[in-house]
Amino acid sequence: MADPMKIRAQLKGDEAVVRVLMSHPMETGQRKDGEGKVIPAHHIQTLTVALNGKTVVSGQTGGSVSRNPVFGFKLKGAKTGDKISVSWKDNKGDSRTDETTVS
Amino acid sequence: MDMIRRTVLKGAGATGVLVGLLATGVLKPTLAHAADWNKAAFEAKDFDAALKAIGGDGAAAHKDLVMKAPEIAENGAVVPIDVTSNIPNTTSIAIFVKKNPFPLSSYFEFANGGMADVAVRLKVAETSVIQAVAKADGKSYSVHKEVKVTVGGCGG
Repeated sequence: MADPMKIRAQLKGDEAVVRVLMSHPMETGQRKDGEGKVIPAHHIQTLTVALNGKTVVSGQTGGSVSRNPVFGFKLKGAKTGDKISVSWKDNKGDSRTDETTVS
Repeated sequence: MDMIRRTVLKGAGATGVLVGLLATGVLKPTLAHAADWNKAAFEAKDFDAALKAIGGDGAAAHKDLVMKAPEIAENGAVVPIDVTSNIPNTTSIAIFVKKNPFPLSSYFEFANGGMADVAVRLKVAETSVIQAVAKADGKSYSVHKEVKVTVGGCGG
């Protein structure tokens, strides 16, 4: 199981600004190790952001997103105390879901 | 005859495994349904093919689709890109690094108050045009910017 995400959701006006830091190697499958062997691809493929259980952003990523990816999203109509949950799933079937509340 | 039998058995086996996974909760149907990875688009090695695979060909420029990207990136492994679409009813944004081995980097869909405003950090292999394509009301719009890279983001 991968390390927990760091999620911050701050209210600015009627928008919640959400920043997510995921812990993931995001290996492209293009790099080679010291012995010249290709390091197999290992990266997040899908991610979902939900506000109070409703999907607001669904994303897909390839190997060209940087290691330990950081994403920023904006959600309209969010209120203090609303629940934000973020999930991701990678190409090896590993996944993770973490939650925070809007502050 | 033998071939048919083999195919039928293989198919039945695979279905069995899938049902098993669903039953144990390893595969959550909701998660799998939320966004299936667009393999054709992400594994396309050619920008035009990747663009086509997300249905974004024929995109026109639009002043309300804005991209923020550094002019010069010293470290190609972490290049911050911000894309904002103020075009009404924007439903998706795709971000391409044209000269990367696989041009499509990421793709986002928005609903239920999720705004068409996304910040990502990308690997950029060499100096390249970054292009974002947004879809709104069935039409595609694009914006692009060149990022000069002094140290590539995909070296080993």
